[in-house]
Amino acid sequence: MTTTRTVKDKTAIVGVAVSEFSRDSGRTEYSLAAQVVRDAVVDSGLSFDEIDGIVKDISDGIDPMYLQKAVGIEHAQFASDSHWGTSAIVSGITAVAAGICKNVVYYRSVNGASKRRAGNDFRAAKEMQDESLDLLRYDFYSPFGLLTPSGMAALCARRYLHRYGVDMSDLAWIPAVASEYAAANPRSAFFEKPMSFEECADSPAEVDPLRAVDCAPDVDGAVALVITSAERAKDLPHPPAIVMAAAQATSTEGELFSSFNRPDITGLPEMKLMGDELFRVAGVQRSDVKAAQFDDRFSFLVAMQLEELGYCERGDGGAFCAKGERIRRDGDLPLNTNGGFLGEGFLYGANVIEAVRQIRGTSSSQVENADLVLVASGAGGPADGLLLRR
Amino acid sequence: MTLEYVPGIPILGPYVDPDNAPFWEAVERHEFVLQRCADCKTYFQVPRPMCPHCRSMDSLEWVPSTGRGKIFSYVNFTTDRMAYPAMKIPYSVVLVELEEGIRLTANIVDVEPEDVFIGMPVEVTFNKPTDSFTLYQFKKAS
Repeated sequence: MTTTRTVKDKTAIVGVAVSEFSRDSGRTEYSLAAQVVRDAVVDSGLSFDEIDGIVKDISDGIDPMYLQKAVGIEHAQFASDSHWGTSAIVSGITAVAAGICKNVVYYRSVNGASKRRAGNDFRAAKEMQDESLDLLRYDFYSPFGLLTPSGMAALCARRYLHRYGVDMSDLAWIPAVASEYAAANPRSAFFEKPMSFEECADSPAEVDPLRAVDCAPDVDGAVALVITSAERAKDLPHPPAIVMAAAQATSTEGELFSSFNRPDITGLPEMKLMGDELFRVAGVQRSDVKAAQFDDRFSFLVAMQLEELGYCERGDGGAFCAKGERIRRDGDLPLNTNGGFLGEGFLYGANVIEAVRQIRGTSSSQVENADLVLVASGAGGPADGLLLRR
Repeated sequence: MTLEYVPGIPILGPYVDPDNAPFWEAVERHEFVLQRCADCKTYFQVPRPMCPHCRSMDSLEWVPSTGRGKIFSYVNFTTDRMAYPAMKIPYSVVLVELEEGIRLTANIVDVEPEDVFIGMPVEVTFNKPTDSFTLYQFKKAS
């Protein structure tokens, strides 16, 4: 497919910003979005007049026009609401590579904890009369008390455990290592407070088989980043994260977390399609990757991504993470070095920003010579991903 | 019955639209039907406006299901914090693979969550959690 080849090495991520991450920001999503967009543009070294594209996730409530008003972006020639994961970033990369616009800002701003929107926590549902329940009003699920992504994901997790003869304690290194990385990350609630493998493995199942430690906590926060051409990136202050490849994929009988009528519900076929395309376009090997950011909204998704992205055989994703040796900073595949969504909270975009930090050399768990970083997003829905290089 | 609701908290009903109405209208009559393509005999779930195999829009039909199948997977909601407040915990949601080959989710009404297992034979039943709608459910196969 020559369409994806045309993105190779054409663009770069040159500016990043994050807000404070909290359980209750006390601010509007509009305010958080404006802050991070401003800060990401400043970080990039571009002038605000140069920003001519705006992309965001479809579930982010802040309209790009309102963002333009607040941040003072006069004209834009590309604006897009994209589907799930970080596919909005892929849209922005595509627009710059195709010449539709020159410099794109991506943002995501979510009061995910205090507004409890589309989250996993239904403590406040008695009072909750907002739109978030309508969003999840799936006929064949909600009347049976199956309203949350965690419940739907748990059905796939249970079948995975059954099929491969593993149990959740075999997967407990995933949240344990995430908490180790998060313990070095001042943005995380786990900062200086890692959880041991035993604490993770022994914690009770709440959405059985999933435990609370298997579910990325909801968080209030915002992230933004700036995409420009590889050419323009040469003159900017920070080392650019060059986009070697960007890809997206969906697959048969898909739904967000409820793809129950696929022949096999123990994998992520769109993740395999997406990953194969990334490596094909970039022309690099799996073993060339120095660090990776996988979508760990739920811990077992990391195991599935290791399998679908070609790092191990099916059913061996948990074994790959055993003892944490291969996924720690000095392992063959340092994974989710900011603690991932399990460590920082569920906020798409933060995964790509951590990949950019690795390329720049500014991670709280910096991997030596991190010159090629893989990002995979959208596990459990439409998949997207990036290969970033120095 | 192990399935119980919490009084006073509304439970969300099905969102009925022209694509799925025949299914929910049948459930109101305590009938369990599945969508199928009359031409290629493919069953599909969730309901949709076109057969994904032969792409016909005119051949869709609703046919009675045996209502029998086996539990393909399940989730047990065990804490208030992460369960739906309208349902008493613990409760199970089961994913059932029907004899027709397609899978649907529902609750299991007569088995304790700790006794549910993959492969358990089940059959369809019905309940009426509120005055406003009826639901299909599953119970242990007789």
